Amino acid sequence: MYVAVKGGERAIRNAHDLLAQTRRGDPEVPEIGIDQIREQLSLAVDRVMAEGSLYDRDLAALALKQARGDAIEAIFLLRALRTTLPRFGATLPVDTGTMRVRRRVSATFKDIPGGQVLGPTFDYTHRLLDPSLATEAEPRKPAPAPKKSAQAKAAQARAAVQEPSAPPPRVVDLLGDEGLIEPSPPDTGAEPPDLTRAPLAFPAERETRLQNLARGDEGFLLALGYSTQRGYARTHPFVGEIRMGAVQVELFAEELGFAVPLGEITLTECQMVNQFQGSAEVPPQFTRGYGLVFGQSERKAMSMALVDRALRWQELGEEKTAPAQDAEFVLSHSDNVQATGFVEHLKLPHYVDFQAELDLVRRLRAEHAARGDSEPQDEPTEAAEATP
Amino acid sequence: MSDISQAQASLARGFNDPARDSQTAFRALMYAMARPGVPRALEARLSPPAPLTPELAALALTVLDYETTVWLDPALAGEAAVVDFLRFHTSARLVTEPEAAQFALIADGSALPAFSRFAQGEPDYPDRSTTLLVAVSSFTDGPFQVEGPGLPAPVGFGATPLPADMTQRLAENRALFPLGIDLVLAAPGAILALPRSVRVREEA
Amino acid sequence: MATEPQTTSPRQDLMALLAQASQSELDAVIERFAPLPRVEDVRPAEVGLCMVRGRIGGDGSPFNLGEATITRAAVRLNAIIGVSYLLGRDPERARAAALIDALWQDTAARPAVEEALAPVQTRLTALREVEAASTDATRVEFFTLVRGED
Repeated sequence: MYVAVKGGERAIRNAHDLLAQTRRGDPEVPEIGIDQIREQLSLAVDRVMAEGSLYDRDLAALALKQARGDAIEAIFLLRALRTTLPRFGATLPVDTGTMRVRRRVSATFKDIPGGQVLGPTFDYTHRLLDPSLATEAEPRKPAPAPKKSAQAKAAQARAAVQEPSAPPPRVVDLLGDEGLIEPSPPDTGAEPPDLTRAPLAFPAERETRLQNLARGDEGFLLALGYSTQRGYARTHPFVGEIRMGAVQVELFAEELGFAVPLGEITLTECQMVNQFQGSAEVPPQFTRGYGLVFGQSERKAMSMALVDRALRWQELGEEKTAPAQDAEFVLSHSDNVQATGFVEHLKLPHYVDFQAELDLVRRLRAEHAARGDSEPQDEPTEAAEATP
Repeated sequence: MSDISQAQASLARGFNDPARDSQTAFRALMYAMARPGVPRALEARLSPPAPLTPELAALALTVLDYETTVWLDPALAGEAAVVDFLRFHTSARLVTEPEAAQFALIADGSALPAFSRFAQGEPDYPDRSTTLLVAVSSFTDGPFQVEGPGLPAPVGFGATPLPADMTQRLAENRALFPLGIDLVLAAPGAILALPRSVRVREEA
Repeated sequence: MATEPQTTSPRQDLMALLAQASQSELDAVIERFAPLPRVEDVRPAEVGLCMVRGRIGGDGSPFNLGEATITRAAVRLNAIIGVSYLLGRDPERARAAALIDALWQDTAARPAVEEALAPVQTRLTALREVEAASTDATRVEFFTLVRGED
């Protein structure tokens, strides 16, 4: 129950001033620019965009600055802002097959058409803190592509179906060509459900689940994905492919009668390949979990793909044994803005509620004491049951 | 090509300041709905193609977007310039069946189609009904008496042109409550709402 | 467009280019046509959102991924309406792009517009090449080490 409280306007105003001053930190240190955050803390910016569910690098950087680097507070700011803007339409579904890849790896095949490209990755770094970053030293320039060895040339020749600049084909299609993996659910032409228009309801179809996961909390999804690996709904996952890069976004303009190219956004996509025993109707084959996230966000895309696959237990005739498979549990708790709102509201004044609790406990104690005088003690569960 | 050029040359502009202008119109609409039968001033700074009136255009630009469906009465649907104007500025989907429309734009109040032709809502979702936006030429203080939620005392209202059987239509619409259509009339400089909750009598 | 295998109309190609041009690049194009006749803002530049969609599995049923900010504008120039929709929040850039779209639709002015836009394409191509080279330098050949028979 909410009971209005009055007062404290001056204290609140002063607290906000103090917050602003604390955010700024030592005035002797130069103020950080939005461009610096956007360019140098780009993965923090990406996370805020993904979970804020709003692609805008500058706004995400501004939100991070205002939130003193608190990702969830910054995400909250973006979510609040989007409610003030009109929506002009929905884009055509982006084609990740045409991505200009900056990174593309597969853990299932070492030789894949188009090759494996590491891109800007933390993988294979030694996780040693680099003291030179504490100075303003210039980073090492990335090396140009080396002259191709005979071996590399041979690999290139094997993959020569594509011209070098053409986007690489999907790894999962290699399995698909042999019928070893399930196809993607077909496009029926139906409008996909939209969580920002109609609230979450159960059972939730896969399109709704993916929208929910795409804006869900990275830490929550990471933990759930991890739980499936540790045996809570094991799905035997392999990374079929991870790709990250730029895709063109297009919006169909009613007044023009054609799709307008809006520019490019960076996305990370993960195709997880999972073992499947098969059923009476379906022979054994691989199944898929899918992850797609704004920006460069590999951990999130992978976690999303693991959880997407776990949530498909019913469709694939599997047994439900673990939290990651429980759509109601996963989807209702994935949103960190909702979660932080409900958890953090506990610190707001609850004086009237608590007065009622206090009166109740006093009364129960009095009854308890009275009984103690006359008869042996009752079970202590009564107090809990009596709570309204 | 010449058709397109002509349409481009004549396309009227939309709101000057889309955010503020549509907020102003929305506010007028909200207050009109809250006080049924009472005209609410609406200054529509638009020059839409006839027979779309500035006030009807302001309401259309405020409530329509790419996610809404709209039905146009024959007077409006017959004007290519009107269709182009609405398509350009709202992106709303034009439908030919009145019951498929969330909004209906009607330029000719005297030829108001039967309310039963529009979506009446569903018991679980009464809001899934059509809202009729109707252009009229003026408001008067009679001959109708309106009462219902939002009105401490009955108020008199009238508008021209309206069909002769208006009272009966509104009574039938009221009988469907919570289903039924909502009606908004737009005259020069003002709008007036008759939501499904009102009871309307005609003064002798 | 290298990333656009489907057939696109010349106007879509133009819009794709305008979407990636900077304010100063757009201004430089408009400069060439100065003084412009009266420009009417049929749709003043407006910031809004679009819902970005993906496909399940990359090629399957569409789903809503999240929104992106966009800016749109429409102007009328010599009785021709130019339209723009761009990612981001930039009313000035959207208006400039709409102006160039209007200029381009006039077949007499089109060659001059395309010529004026050539440096943008050159810059983007160079940028893509640098990006492709630095990415290509991270291309990796994995070798499986055979551990012998047990």
